[in-house]
Amino acid sequence: MADEPATSGESGPGCGSTQDRRAFLKACVAAGAAPLVAGMVVAQEPAPADGPARYDPREHYYGMGIDVNKCIGCGRCAEACKAENNVPRDPHHFRTWVERYFIQADGETAVDSPNGGIDGFPERADEAGVERTFFVPKLCNHCANPPCVQVCPVGATFTTEDGVVLVDEDYCIGCRYCIQACPYGARFIHPVKRIAQKCTFCYHRVVQGLVPACVEVCPTGARIFGEVHRRSSPLERFRRFNQIQVLKPHLNTDPKVYYANLDGQVR
Amino acid sequence: MQGYIYPNEFELHWGLLVVLYPYLTGLVAGAFILASLSRVFNVKEVQPTYRLSLLSALAFLIAAPLPLLAHLGHPERSFEIFLTPNPRSAMAMFGFVYAWYLMVVLLLEIWFDYRKDLVVWSQGARGPMAWLRRILTLGSTDLSERALRFDRRAGKFITIVGIPSAFLLHGYVGFIFGSVKANPWWSSVLMPVVFLFSAIVSGIALMLLVFFVSSLLRFKPVDMACLDKLAAFLLYALIVDFSLEMLDFTQRLYEAEESIKILSEMLSNRLVLSLIVLQVLIGTVVPLASLALVAPSVRHRGLLRVPDELRRLIYFVVAILIEIGIFSTRWNVVIGGQLFSKSLRGLTVYKLELLGLEGMLTAGAILLLPFVILYVLVKLLPPWPEAEVMPEVASEGDSAALVQAT
Repeated sequence: MADEPATSGESGPGCGSTQDRRAFLKACVAAGAAPLVAGMVVAQEPAPADGPARYDPREHYYGMGIDVNKCIGCGRCAEACKAENNVPRDPHHFRTWVERYFIQADGETAVDSPNGGIDGFPERADEAGVERTFFVPKLCNHCANPPCVQVCPVGATFTTEDGVVLVDEDYCIGCRYCIQACPYGARFIHPVKRIAQKCTFCYHRVVQGLVPACVEVCPTGARIFGEVHRRSSPLERFRRFNQIQVLKPHLNTDPKVYYANLDGQVR
Repeated sequence: MQGYIYPNEFELHWGLLVVLYPYLTGLVAGAFILASLSRVFNVKEVQPTYRLSLLSALAFLIAAPLPLLAHLGHPERSFEIFLTPNPRSAMAMFGFVYAWYLMVVLLLEIWFDYRKDLVVWSQGARGPMAWLRRILTLGSTDLSERALRFDRRAGKFITIVGIPSAFLLHGYVGFIFGSVKANPWWSSVLMPVVFLFSAIVSGIALMLLVFFVSSLLRFKPVDMACLDKLAAFLLYALIVDFSLEMLDFTQRLYEAEESIKILSEMLSNRLVLSLIVLQVLIGTVVPLASLALVAPSVRHRGLLRVPDELRRLIYFVVAILIEIGIFSTRWNVVIGGQLFSKSLRGLTVYKLELLGLEGMLTAGAILLLPFVILYVLVKLLPPWPEAEVMPEVASEGDSAALVQAT
C-alpha cells in the first residue's frame, strides 16, 4: 500500500439529491473509508520504496488527467485543497475550483462557480432549456511552456525537474506579472503574505509518495495523478484510452493537465 | 460584475499606480526625444526648450519607478531584480533599461551640456549652492576651447545614442503589455509602437506646458516661434499616434477573433468615458482639429489666422487635453486589460480608492513629485537661454554676473 497510495474509486455514487450525496460523502471521508466504500481502487504512481529521503526529481515528470464526465461537482477537491494548503477561506482565492457549464440550445453558455464549488451548486431556474451541462475542475495546468515562469522578473516562480511549477515564497516580490501572464486564472496574491500562490500538485505530498489532496478525496476518480511519460503510469493509461484535450491549446503553453470529454465551450 | 469571471480574478491586480508608470516613462521618453531631435536636426525654434526638456526628463525619470515600487507586495525585495534577474523576463530588463537610460544617457548628456556652466558658476562663488555645483563639476575645471569642443562632441554623440535609448525605454514598456499572450486586449505587436508615439505626443505637450508656464512665472514674454514649432511637432506626432491607434482598432475589429465579443462589451459598458470620451474625443479629436486649424504646420502658417494671444491659449488648453487623453490611454490599456475575464465570459469592475497606498492621493503625490524635483533641478541648473554661459565668457571665467542673472 505504501508503494501504491490509493485515492479514489472508479464508480460514482448512485442517484439522489445533492444534499444527500454530500452528507453521504462527508460521512465517508470523515471515516477515512472513502476508498473502501467506493470499491475499486485507482492505481496511482508508485512511491519511492525507500521513503522520501531517496526521492529523486529527475526520475519523475508529473501531470494530471481529468475526466469531465466523471466530475459530479461535489467540490470536495476544492475544499480538500484549501484545507491541505492553508488557502484563504474566502471565495476569491483558489488553487483549484469547479466550474459548472450550462449550454442552451441556441449555443448561449452560462458558467458559474459559487465559492469554487465547495458549497455545491444551486439549482438553476432555466434548466428546462438546457442542451447539455457538466462540471469542469480547474487548476494550474503546470504548463511545460509556462508563461508565468517566463515573465517572473526574479525567477521566484520556476519549473521543478519533475515538471511542477512552483513559487518560492521567500523570493517573490509580489509584482503580479505572473498573474497577468497566466491564461487560466490559476494564480492569486495571498492577502497576508503578499506573494503569488498557486496549485503545487501538493508537492509536499508528492515527494512522499502521496497524491495531491484533490486527487485523494475525489469520490469518482475524476482526477488522475501520475507520470506523463511512463507507460505503466495510470495517467499514461488515461491518455491512451481517452481522447485528450488541453485548455487554450492555441496559446502554446503546453499544459500538463489533460482533459477527457472536454466540451469546446470550456475555456 | 457581469457574466462569469474566474474566482481568482475578483481582485484587479494592476491599479492606478501601474497606470502612472507608463504615463511617467512616456513623459520622460517624449521630453527627451523632443530635446534630442531639436539638437540633432538643429531646430532653432525649439532650442530654448532643450535644457528644460532634459531636466524635465530627469525629474520624471526619478519619479517613474516609485509607483512600481509602491505597488509591489514586497518592495524590500525589489533589488533582486538587479541581483538575480530572470533573463527571459521582460520586466527583469526594466532595471537595466532604466539604469542605462538614467546613468549613461540622461545624466551624461546633462553633465556634458552643463559642465562649462557649472565650472563658471562655482568659480569664486560662495554658499551651499556653489558648493553643490562644485561637487557636480566632478573636479573638472578645464574651460579651454579644446575642452569645450569635446563637451559639444560628447553631448552630440550621447544624444544620438540617446534617441534609440529613449525609444527602447518606452517601447519596452509597451512590450511588457504587448507580449502578454494570455490577454487579448494587450497582446499586440503594435503595442510598443503605439506606446512610443503616444509617449512622444505626451512629452511634447508636457514641454509646451512647462515652457509656457515657466515663461509666465519668470515674467518673460512667451517665445511664440518656439510655441508654434512645438505645436506643429505636436500635430505631426498626434497624427501618427492616432493613425496607429486606429490601425490597431481596425485590425482587431476586422479579424474579430474569439475575444471580440467580450472586448466590445467592455468598450460599451466599461470604457465609454475613459476611452471614447476622454481618450478619443477630448484627448485626440479636439486637439487634432484645433492644432490643424491654428498651428503653423504647413508653409509656416495655420489654416486660420489667429492672434498670438488666442493661439497661445489654444495651445495651452490643447496640451492639457492631450495630457488628459494620454493618461486615459494608459488607463484604458492597464485597467481595461483587466476588466474582462480571461474566460472571455464576463466583466469585472475597478474600484478606485481615495486613500491607501494604491489610492488617488498617493497617485496625485507621485504625479506632483516630478514638478518638485524639476523645481529643484531648475534652481541648481538654470536651463534658461539667458543663464547659459557662452563659450567666450566661459574662457574668461567670469561668473558672478551670470549667477546673478539666474
